[in-house]
Amino acid sequence: MLDLVPVRLAGVGKVYPGGIAAVRDLSLTVAPGQTLALLGPNGAGKTTTIRMMLGLAAPSTGVVRVFGRDPRDSAARVRIGTMLQSAEMPGTLTVREHITLFSSYYPAPLAVDDVIQLAALEGLANRLAQRLSGGQRQRLAFALAICGDPDLLVLDEPTSGLDIESRVMLWERVRVLAARGKSIVITTHYLAEADALADRIAFIARGSIVADGTPAEIKARAGTRELEAAYLALTKTSALEAVS
Amino acid sequence: MTNTVRVYALETKFEFLKQFRRPAYAIATLGIPLMFYAFFGLMSGLHNNGISLATYLLATYGTFGVVGAALFGFGVSVSMERGARWLLLKRASPMPPLAYFIAKIIAATTFSALVVGLLFAMGVLFGGVHLATLTWLELGSALVLGALPFCAIGLALGYLISPNSAVAIINLINLPMSFMSGLWLPINELPPAVQHIAPFLPAYHLGQLALGTLGAATSPQPWYDHVLILLAFTSAALTVAAIAYRRDEGETYG
Repeated sequence: MLDLVPVRLAGVGKVYPGGIAAVRDLSLTVAPGQTLALLGPNGAGKTTTIRMMLGLAAPSTGVVRVFGRDPRDSAARVRIGTMLQSAEMPGTLTVREHITLFSSYYPAPLAVDDVIQLAALEGLANRLAQRLSGGQRQRLAFALAICGDPDLLVLDEPTSGLDIESRVMLWERVRVLAARGKSIVITTHYLAEADALADRIAFIARGSIVADGTPAEIKARAGTRELEAAYLALTKTSALEAVS
Repeated sequence: MTNTVRVYALETKFEFLKQFRRPAYAIATLGIPLMFYAFFGLMSGLHNNGISLATYLLATYGTFGVVGAALFGFGVSVSMERGARWLLLKRASPMPPLAYFIAKIIAATTFSALVVGLLFAMGVLFGGVHLATLTWLELGSALVLGALPFCAIGLALGYLISPNSAVAIINLINLPMSFMSGLWLPINELPPAVQHIAPFLPAYHLGQLALGTLGAATSPQPWYDHVLILLAFTSAALTVAAIAYRRDEGETYG
C-alpha cells in the first residue's frame, strides 16, 4: 500500500522567486525502516528537499508524498518527527516541560520519562533549556523529534557544531531508534556520520541526485575505499557535467 | 477533541511560564508601571478633572501596563521565535497553528490582568482610591480587554522587526506613545502640540476609555468612538501581520 512508503519524491523541482532552481527533477523513495543520509555541498538543495518533505516548502513541479499524503496533512504530520538545522527552543522552559508540550501535539506519544531516557537526558528533566550545554540541547531537540513516536524521523544536520563525544552520543540514540524500525532521513556534512548511521546514501549536487546506494556501492562506484574520496569524485563529476 | 483542548491548555500554560521566567519581560511589564505609578500617582494630593490624581492615574498607568504587556509579550516573543526558527519547527509539527497565537493572547491578557490587579491594590492601599464596585469592574475590564488591540499590533511588529532589535524598537514605540497619549501625565497638562498628536495614537484611545469609566475622560468623543478607532487599529495591524505572515510563508512556501 502506498501509505506504507514513508517518503516519495517524484520528479520534484523547486524554483525560488528570482528563478533560482534549488532542486531539479529529483526522485527519491525512502523504504520503511531505512536510514537514508542525504549528502552534498552547501547550496546543493539538501535543505530545500527536507523542507518539501516536511511541508514547509511547496514543490514547483513534481509530487511529494509522506505516507501517501501531502506532508501538510495533519494525518502525515503526526507520523513525522523532526530536528531542524539551527532551530533553537525557548530557554525558559525545562526539558520536561518542552517534551510535555510537544508530546501533546501527537495522538499516541511516548511516556515523557521514556523520551528522557531515549534521548539520554536523565537527571536534566527539570533544567531550563538555556542552562543546557550544546550537546544536551541537541539531545533535547532530538527528544522533541521522537516524543510523538513518529514512524519517520527527519534530522537536518543534527550534529553540526557538536564536539565528538556529543556527536557519537547522538549517533547511538539515532541507532536505537533505527533498531526500533523507524525510517530516518538525515542530512549531514560529516561523511563519517553517514558511514556510521546510514544503510543508504544519496549525494545531492546542484539540485539533483548524482549517486544513490549503500555506502559500499557508492565507494565501489567511485573506485575508492573512502567515502570522502567518493564524495569529491562524484560531486565534481556532476559539476563538470553541468558545465558541458 | 479533549486532546485539542489539552494542546491549547498546555500551550497557554507554558507560554505564560516561559514569559514569566524571563526577567526582562516580567520586570519591564510589571515593575515599570508600578514604579511609575508610585512616583507620579501616589506622591501628591492633587486633583485632575474632578478626581484625585491617584485615581486618575490609576486608569492611565493601567493602560500603560496593559499596552506594554501586550506589545512586549507578542512583539518580542514572535520576533525571537521566528528568528530562532522555533516557529518553523512548530509549523512542521502537528501543532494546530492557531494554538500558538491563542496561547500568546491568553498569556498577554493574563499579564495585563496581573499588572492591573497590582496597580489597583497599590491605589487602594497607598493612594486612598475609593470606587464603587461596578466602577472597579468597568475600569478593570476596559483595561484587560484593551490588551487585545495591542496584541494585534505586537503581532504585526513581531513579523516586521528583527529579533536583535525587537526590545529596543518596541521601547522606542511604546515609551513616546505612552507619554504623548497622556498615560504618564494627564493629557491636559501636556503641550498643545502633543495634545493634537495624541488622537492618532492607539494608546490614547484606550486611555480615554479607561478614564471614561471614572467619568474623567478629557476627550469630547463618546466611548464607542474610541472602541471603533481601536478596532480600526486592530484590523490594520492584523492586515499587516497577515501580509508579513504570507511573505514569511512565501520564503518557504512560495
